[in-house]
Amino acid sequence: MIIAVASGKGGTGKTTIATNLVLSLEGSVRLLDCDVEEPNAHLFLKPRIESTTSIGIPVPCVDELRCTACGKCGQICQYSAIVALKTKPLTFPELCHGCGGCARICPSGAITEVSREIGTLEKGRSGNVEFVHGRLKIGEAMSPPLIRAVKKYIRQEGATIIDAPPGTSCPVIATVKDSDFVILVTEPTPFGLNDLMLAVEMIRELGTPFGVLINRADLGDDRVRDYCRAQGIQVLLEISNDRKIAEAYSKGILMIEVRPGLIDTFRELYARIGDIVSSGGSKGLPYSSEKGEI
Amino acid sequence: MRELVVISGKGGTGKTSIVASFAVLARNKILADCDVDAADLHLLLQPKIQHRQIFKSGKQASIRQEDCLGCGLCRDICRFEAVKELAPSPIRACPVFSIDPISCEGCGVCVEFCPQKAVDFLEKTGGEWFISDTRCGPMVHARLGAAEENSGKLVSLVRTQAGKMAGEKGLDLIIIDGSPGIGCPVIASITGADLVLVVTEPTVSGEHDFKRVISLTRHFRIPTALCVNKYDLNPSQTDLIEQQACEKQVIMAGRIHYDEQVTYAQVKGKAIVECEESLAGKDIRALWQKLEPFIRNVPQEKYNFLHGDDYARKNL
Amino acid sequence: MKIVITSSGEAMDSQVDPRFGRAKTLILFDTETGLHQVVDNTQNLNAAQGAGIQAAEHVSRLGAQCLITGHCGPKAFRTLQAAGIKVIIGAEGTVTEAIENFRAGQYTTAEAADVDGHWM
Repeated sequence: MIIAVASGKGGTGKTTIATNLVLSLEGSVRLLDCDVEEPNAHLFLKPRIESTTSIGIPVPCVDELRCTACGKCGQICQYSAIVALKTKPLTFPELCHGCGGCARICPSGAITEVSREIGTLEKGRSGNVEFVHGRLKIGEAMSPPLIRAVKKYIRQEGATIIDAPPGTSCPVIATVKDSDFVILVTEPTPFGLNDLMLAVEMIRELGTPFGVLINRADLGDDRVRDYCRAQGIQVLLEISNDRKIAEAYSKGILMIEVRPGLIDTFRELYARIGDIVSSGGSKGLPYSSEKGEI
Repeated sequence: MRELVVISGKGGTGKTSIVASFAVLARNKILADCDVDAADLHLLLQPKIQHRQIFKSGKQASIRQEDCLGCGLCRDICRFEAVKELAPSPIRACPVFSIDPISCEGCGVCVEFCPQKAVDFLEKTGGEWFISDTRCGPMVHARLGAAEENSGKLVSLVRTQAGKMAGEKGLDLIIIDGSPGIGCPVIASITGADLVLVVTEPTVSGEHDFKRVISLTRHFRIPTALCVNKYDLNPSQTDLIEQQACEKQVIMAGRIHYDEQVTYAQVKGKAIVECEESLAGKDIRALWQKLEPFIRNVPQEKYNFLHGDDYARKNL
Repeated sequence: MKIVITSSGEAMDSQVDPRFGRAKTLILFDTETGLHQVVDNTQNLNAAQGAGIQAAEHVSRLGAQCLITGHCGPKAFRTLQAAGIKVIIGAEGTVTEAIENFRAGQYTTAEAADVDGHWM
């Protein structure tokens, strides 16, 4: 089963939930950290890195001897990444999306594609957990191509837990697309609610089954719970605001190390999600709330 | 006219809460909420929309199924896995293809190469942007549509509009609430700014993400200041982060205590400095007192790429 | 020769628009005939990205040999340079004043972009 852990708001506890969940499970499990801009899962999983690969996107390279300055490459490009003036084409590789249009349309075969590095992919292990993450090169604007490279390590057997970036736009969509289930982690504050509503809208566009996990559940107020109830969204779990967990987190220590009772809680969460997915999704399930062990 | 951008690298460190307080404390300024896919500043400033406009994010391909002959070339050449094969309908023997609007990046390659010219290329509405009034002055903000993309372009638009309004109203400061991460919306909000304030938290995640975001601001040669929020949750981690910041010529702007009053203020829809005396409120006032003269006095050689770091080192 | 000046309006006494990529109007002026043409540049306001690059292409298609504006970003500058168009930055005042200054040889050609791009 492929489970993505996302949120609208940053800092609600995605990485915390993703890492603690994967380490609570047995068998063939893996964690894919798709927050390639600011990957954090490795700080908690502390994997032994086994390989590092450079990931690039294909960008145009113009052979000026073959170019007839016909201008077709500049016309097809939607991103101003290749510009054909009266002279030979000018390329702006940092704007290129790697669509291959210019290379394909060039009538003289003057354009080939070369790889431009956008980041690295690291693979490793932490105990029984397989680990993969991407690190976007500083100054690079586009994360989806690197996210897609990390997602190539999804396997159908066992559990694949995906740590998503915060927000609701293209990096998050590229991450959660084609998952079996999305856990939306939120906090019961006005910002938490606002961003949860945006995330729910986004997930509903994708049509993936999802549920909500309320972290730091005794902060703020009840508006998040009221919203979930009104929308028929299942609250899978609530975890209280625990100073011990917060301190452990600040030092890079896992929640399940300071509160081992949570291992069973996470296993039950996984089993419950499994039931929802095999019964065809959680759309329209009645509101219910399971309280965490704390 | 000066631009201050508040970013964080890691999400949830307190950017928006701090920007809202700056909005109350700063005079003669305009606010820009550039966290366009998860905007929250409006929850504390209650803007009244004066003007709204549709945001055209780019184009999208759409196959006219009645003209599709099912050759599948579009699927073969699409680099973004945006072409789906549908089951053939009873009247036609061949498969039919369809573009997934969520995956489509609007590159136009299928449009160009479809042998039947069966693909339309249509402009997409990606969201809306707004010019509003608040009790703290004018504000420009936006809302990206659900599952939409090109947030970088919308961020640029919000920023440009804020700049334009500042010019028209004779305002000399733009305060920008940025988004987490280091990708295109963040880059679009910081390039050309006078000062970036990085708000981080005293955790290993905060430290890791702070280092990456500093690399980004250095890459763009923008003077950078640091504020550690909730610093008393881990003072030794705070010291570690500040030490690393010093080594990278980042200005120490201040520290803010962890304070539950911040959440209560949020629930009330107010900035922390508007509520009764609190630890965090006091710290933010001190933070603003330190930052404000610096921003206003950054020499208007904003366009001199090399100037920022030296000035920062000598003056704070 | 033909020159292009970025303008905040359609009249010759409009202020020079300090931005290049997102300036609403371009004034195309022919120094030999003294005639001018008002050119709309607003398609760039809607550009998905690369507004500066597209504005530079636009100037090239107009057959201009020189651009007068306030500021120019690196991508636009590179495109103009590749097209052999001279770039003058730091121009202020009205379009008419900018043309007079140009004719009086008051401007020096820029060697490089003077502002950071907006990445797009």
